[in-house]
Amino acid sequence: MKKLFPLHHVMGYLFSLVLSVVALSVVFWDMSPAVGMTILLVSATIQMGVQLFLFMHINEGGSKKALYTNIAYALFVGLVTVFGTLLTMIWGYK
Amino acid sequence: MKWDEFFVTGEPMIYGAMVSIVVATLAIIIGLTYFKKWGYLWREWLTTVDHKRIGIMYIISALLMLFRGGVDGLLMRAQLAVPENGLLDGQHYNEIFTTHGVIMILFMAMPFVIGLMNVVVPLQIGARDVAFPRLNAVSFWLFFAGAMLFNISFVIGGSPDAGWTAYFPLASIEFSPTVGNNYYSIALQIAGIGTLMTGVNFIATILKMRAPGMTLMRMPMFTWSVLITCVIILFAFPVLTVALALMMFDRMFGSQFFTMANGGMDMLWANLFWVWGHPEVYIVILPAFGIYSEIISTFSRKNLYGYKSMVWSMIVISLLSFVVWAHHFYTMGHGVMVNGIFSITTMAIAIPTGVKIFNWLFTLHKGRIEFTTPMLYSLAFIPIFTIGGVTGVMLAMASADYQYHNTMFLVAHFHYVLIPGTVFAVIAGFYYWFPKLFGFRLNERQGKLAFWTIAISFNVTFLPLFFLGLKGMTRRMYTYSESTGFGPLNLIASIGSVGLAIGFILLVYNIYWSFRYAPRDTTGDPWNARTLEWSTHSPVPEYNFAVVPKVNGLDPFWEAKKGGPALYEDKIEEIHMPNNSGQPVILGIIFFFFGFFMVFSWWVPAIVAGIGVLVMLAVRSFERDHGRHIPVKEILETESRLRGEQV
Repeated sequence: MKKLFPLHHVMGYLFSLVLSVVALSVVFWDMSPAVGMTILLVSATIQMGVQLFLFMHINEGGSKKALYTNIAYALFVGLVTVFGTLLTMIWGYK
Repeated sequence: MKWDEFFVTGEPMIYGAMVSIVVATLAIIIGLTYFKKWGYLWREWLTTVDHKRIGIMYIISALLMLFRGGVDGLLMRAQLAVPENGLLDGQHYNEIFTTHGVIMILFMAMPFVIGLMNVVVPLQIGARDVAFPRLNAVSFWLFFAGAMLFNISFVIGGSPDAGWTAYFPLASIEFSPTVGNNYYSIALQIAGIGTLMTGVNFIATILKMRAPGMTLMRMPMFTWSVLITCVIILFAFPVLTVALALMMFDRMFGSQFFTMANGGMDMLWANLFWVWGHPEVYIVILPAFGIYSEIISTFSRKNLYGYKSMVWSMIVISLLSFVVWAHHFYTMGHGVMVNGIFSITTMAIAIPTGVKIFNWLFTLHKGRIEFTTPMLYSLAFIPIFTIGGVTGVMLAMASADYQYHNTMFLVAHFHYVLIPGTVFAVIAGFYYWFPKLFGFRLNERQGKLAFWTIAISFNVTFLPLFFLGLKGMTRRMYTYSESTGFGPLNLIASIGSVGLAIGFILLVYNIYWSFRYAPRDTTGDPWNARTLEWSTHSPVPEYNFAVVPKVNGLDPFWEAKKGGPALYEDKIEEIHMPNNSGQPVILGIIFFFFGFFMVFSWWVPAIVAGIGVLVMLAVRSFERDHGRHIPVKEILETESRLRGEQV
């Protein structure tokens, strides 16, 4: 029975809930933008880890090459979208 | 809400559409009941998880949507044919160009491409189905629910009218108070979930289910193009999902993401839309490149020139497609640096695309070229697409774009890219793979007549738009005065559009005629082709291959025909296949109603439908379905029947 219990998924689910509440606290409590951003960035990073390790089982399975290619591609697209948007909408805007 | 707000009223054409919808629905219901086809429809089609049948349903939906979007296009051309025309008013014209764009891209080009993917990819890699057959059916029914939801908007509640790009602030609740843009956000969202699932499904299929011996670099070019397309889908569609969700929140729940006050930023919509929108262009064009590669290679009787460079150019295109989006709004007011960067990345895309064009030309070089219908579309594609590409490079120059931006020049450019790039390709692919599905070829003489009508009319319709754009005619204007001098060229374009309509009618007649009279093909390989899908019977049995093929190189079937290593050496064994299921279609229907209630903000029924979706997911999670096995005896009988032997 112990083997059948989806421990990782339940843990991931609980972590996600806690992290969402932490992120929500930034809206409800009065705090400086710097503190708020720090909380958001830290909880977002942990959330990413939860997704990758507990839901997507990134440390299991054989083919590492496909995995790294995929992560590299995702990072490329994610970073380009975020920083490209900042560039076009804020930094590069006259 | 009163009834006259619920239904669109006051337009004779809309009343005509309502009547025809009711009549067509009644005709279908009565027809199905009279011919006792309900059971057949449910068992063989609505509940199927077979990739070939799902593919056919995608293609039929795409053809229906081609008709719908085509009528929109014809109405636009009719309105613009002469100056000061009063056929459509401004509001109606706005709705028509919006639905024309959305339907042609998302509900015609996408499903046509995905339909061909469904039919061909498992056959090309020697697999018996996709990796997740049930998920594949869910993809289709979600797409279909989204498409139907979007289509009823023109009789119930009013269509979106802010352009297919739905730019804010025009698309906000303040400036577009009807439910039209709610339809836009929710219908696209539902169809988008289906598309994302398709992306996951085909990546898994291509990476995990290839026949033994088929390494990545031995895959047919169409399969390669689908793999790369699916990667783009996987990374681009989440951006649309988020943007549409923000749009929904802005319009329904009073959030301020894209407003002009309270810290919102209206241009952020345009930005996010094109972060998805530009890769989307490549999602519909890369599979087309794959289709052309297969057809040109087959009918030149040569292997594809520069296989590796073809693959790498597609990978480079997929990366570049994510770094060019700002070229859609050069005139929005950002600085020289931003426009400079995006100009250069945009022009860089011409390099890998040029590599592909030259590879096709070198494949043709010294080939024994056969002018079949699919080949004619492929050959016409090369020069016409090049015109589209070159005008694209003109538009890519940011400073020059201030002249062309949002003129008919742009409209002409993207029709010159998307029609030869995608529409010609899916028609060519349709002609090419049709005998694989149905066991006979479409009539060649009629096919060529349709081709010439379409190809010539296309140029008559869209070439004048380049010049109208240079003369200063902007897109999306619903009328113009005689003194502008836009009249004659617009009339020529409108005449061309009638020719296009005739061409598509000829194409439909060609399908109808061939179903009744075309001679049946018993070889399974009517084109003398090269890849694995042609090595099995036509029409393909449900298990695709009685024995899993063994692959020793590129174009394995061609090599086997020329005396190379045999494809099928193993003995026939029991085949494990997935069971049909009614759950995907039911889920699609629930999603349709969920979306419909959301559009009108009827919260209680929407919540009930939402719970219905969750219940369906739970039912699936606790279901045990291990599929079924086809016994050897049944396989042997099917095989000999398909070979034309008497049983």
